[in-house]
Amino acid sequence: MCLALPARVVARLDADRAQIDLGGVRKVVSLALVPEAQVGDYVVVHVGHAIGLIDAGEAERTLALFAEMEPRRA
Amino acid sequence: MKYVDEFRDGALAQRLAEKIAVAVQRGRRYSLMEFCGGHTHAIARYGLAELLPPAVRMIHGPGCPVCVLPIGRIDQAIGLALEQRVILATYGDTMRVPASGALSLLKAKARGADVRMVYSAADALETARRNPQREVVFFAIGFETTTPPTALVVKQAAAEGLKNFSVLCCHVLTPSAITHILESAEVRQYGTVPIDGFVGPAHVSIVIGSGPYEHFAEEYAKPVVIAGFEPLDVMQAVLMLVRQVNDGRAEVENEFARAVTREGNLAAQRVVAEVFELRERFEWRGLGEVPYSALELRPPWAAFDAEQRFGLQYRGVPDHKQCECGAILRGVRRPTDCKLFGTVCTPENPIGSCMVSSEGACAAHYSYGRFRDIPVVSA
Amino acid sequence: MTKKDYLRPLDLRHGRVDMNHGAGGRASAQLIDELFAPAFDNPALRQGNDGAALDWPAGQRLVMSTDGHVVSPLFFPGGDIGCLAVHGTVNDVAMMGATPLYLSASFVLEEGFALADLARIVGSMAAAAREAGVAIVTGDTKVVEQGKGDGVFIATTGIGVLPPGRDIGGARARPGDVVLVSGTMGDHGVAILSLRESLDFETTIVSDTAALNGLVAQLLAAVPEGAVRVLRDPTRGGLATTLNEIARQSGVGMLLDEAAIPVQPQVEAACELLGLDPLDIANEGKLVAIVDPAHAEAALAALRAHPLGAASARIGAVQADEHRFVQMATRFGGRRVVDWLSGEPLPRIC
Repeated sequence: MCLALPARVVARLDADRAQIDLGGVRKVVSLALVPEAQVGDYVVVHVGHAIGLIDAGEAERTLALFAEMEPRRA
Repeated sequence: MKYVDEFRDGALAQRLAEKIAVAVQRGRRYSLMEFCGGHTHAIARYGLAELLPPAVRMIHGPGCPVCVLPIGRIDQAIGLALEQRVILATYGDTMRVPASGALSLLKAKARGADVRMVYSAADALETARRNPQREVVFFAIGFETTTPPTALVVKQAAAEGLKNFSVLCCHVLTPSAITHILESAEVRQYGTVPIDGFVGPAHVSIVIGSGPYEHFAEEYAKPVVIAGFEPLDVMQAVLMLVRQVNDGRAEVENEFARAVTREGNLAAQRVVAEVFELRERFEWRGLGEVPYSALELRPPWAAFDAEQRFGLQYRGVPDHKQCECGAILRGVRRPTDCKLFGTVCTPENPIGSCMVSSEGACAAHYSYGRFRDIPVVSA
Repeated sequence: MTKKDYLRPLDLRHGRVDMNHGAGGRASAQLIDELFAPAFDNPALRQGNDGAALDWPAGQRLVMSTDGHVVSPLFFPGGDIGCLAVHGTVNDVAMMGATPLYLSASFVLEEGFALADLARIVGSMAAAAREAGVAIVTGDTKVVEQGKGDGVFIATTGIGVLPPGRDIGGARARPGDVVLVSGTMGDHGVAILSLRESLDFETTIVSDTAALNGLVAQLLAAVPEGAVRVLRDPTRGGLATTLNEIARQSGVGMLLDEAAIPVQPQVEAACELLGLDPLDIANEGKLVAIVDPAHAEAALAALRAHPLGAASARIGAVQADEHRFVQMATRFGGRRVVDWLSGEPLPRIC
């Protein structure tokens, strides 16, 4: 549900809006719900609005978790 | 696409599949409900069913706001467009949902209704600004993820003093739906719901946080793992749930830690609380009336409430007698259990909501998975 | 004293189409004489008749195809309704393995349509026809009242020469055949969607609209007659619909390899953003070729050697399947069915 994608903030246009980049496609979205987002941050975009910030550190940790070598014995 | 592609890596998928296969205890079955339509879609689109061991069964939950939208609400939207001649602004998802009188919003459009598809609530507002002499109604559907944008446009409309804009509010709440499933008729009949754990919604949780799920884990002793929408996220969540079930734990774990925190998005929660309040009851397709499960506009915003503005009454409309959507949404039947599946009811001619939305269990199975129902002989 | 037969020339910069232009009288003739005929110029048109008498090579069969074009907006990155109208019909004829020679063009114009835009479209059609080596030999113009058209609708019919014995068609795919595509999927559809007001995204994707008869000729010349079983251009409904159509016609199934299907990163991103699948999105300058496995390598090399086929790829194979499923091994390691579109792809929120 709730189709939403992580996109990079490329430029802040005014207090409420920013241009984001997803795989080379650019779009203007509202930052009203994530006012603290800065250029370079990744935000999760849903229906033209940023709804949350991506934590780069957590993303790394999650990927590392997937790649963990030893499976726990059941 | 960063933060997307890495979470779709096929090699890591194999590794996770192996880990799940090892974690599964001999002779034990695991029934896990992915609540969210986005997870249903990911499972179908990436063919995840094949990567999970047979002992793990994924049950598709009701987390698709289009699937649970009752016929009566679509009728209201169609009525506004056809009879009241408003400009009805709606997300694309609702356009093909079948309603009364063999109509849908798309079919109503063919009959002259001014139905306009929008990508965002802001577009609906813009339509109102550009058509000051027409009434514009925004058909606001969606779970907690989609609600904050609606709240923002209502506030914006008020700030601009717009006189021709209103919202038909059908926003629904996730935790209520989960509770309802856990307390459904089957539970009373069998003593327990046949679900061992939940894969929690990704984007709803960005907004509401992981906190609200702690209640289920405690009250119903069912583990919840909040998962992102990419296929690796889903597999990792399955692994974490299997381990919890094995250990006899019932905790809330957050696999989607890169976007979800315990408190969620406070700015979003604040704006929603400002504009909306709980409805006493709201009909969910397939689940019947669920108390305190949906939102309506608070009195200060009454001018923007389409139900009040147009004096709308709600008329519940029962589903087709043989439609099993309700049971499917509760996870107690599969699409293939429904007599109508694949014959009368297809994506081309959907009878029930599970078939209309690509997130619905039936549509997902039909479009992506039905080949598994029939043995195929390869060349 | 008035000059006999003096007719004020069309104002192609500021003039507009009016009901007279479709009435069949002097104004209609003027539109032909001053706009269509000079642009499309060829011996048949110069005769000035209602029909065109054409030479036809003895012993050759004739392939005919027709297409209506209603694209909106009329002008888009990479092309316009004019060149699209030429390419579409040229391609349909070429997909039969025929050499397209002649087109007809029928215009339904909306009253008030700017002559400058019409001139631009006509110029684009003329250039597309010249490049494809076809002549637009006959046509028609009608005008409808304002509000009853979308600027302009164009219908083109094309005829081409089919050598005897050639039988390329949707019913000819057999288990074991190889499935090739001539390039990236979804470009045209995404280019059009990016212009839709409410979707409003910026992309450098341009429509891939192109005439494919040269590419087809090169392909057919590189392999023995009969090695190419099916040719089809995946237009509306995208690759998914086209492959399902062929599967149904031939009574077979297919197995595709998702990782092998070429899609530009921005097309993929735009589709993600809107909740669409690149396989469902229209292409206007690409083809699907289903070929005898013994000649698949040669076919692929021939496609890649042509500028319009540089990104050609082998994407899967035909298999026996009484249920005619088009299946796909996903990048992820799972498997799913690629179903065909039920209705227009609508962007979704969930």
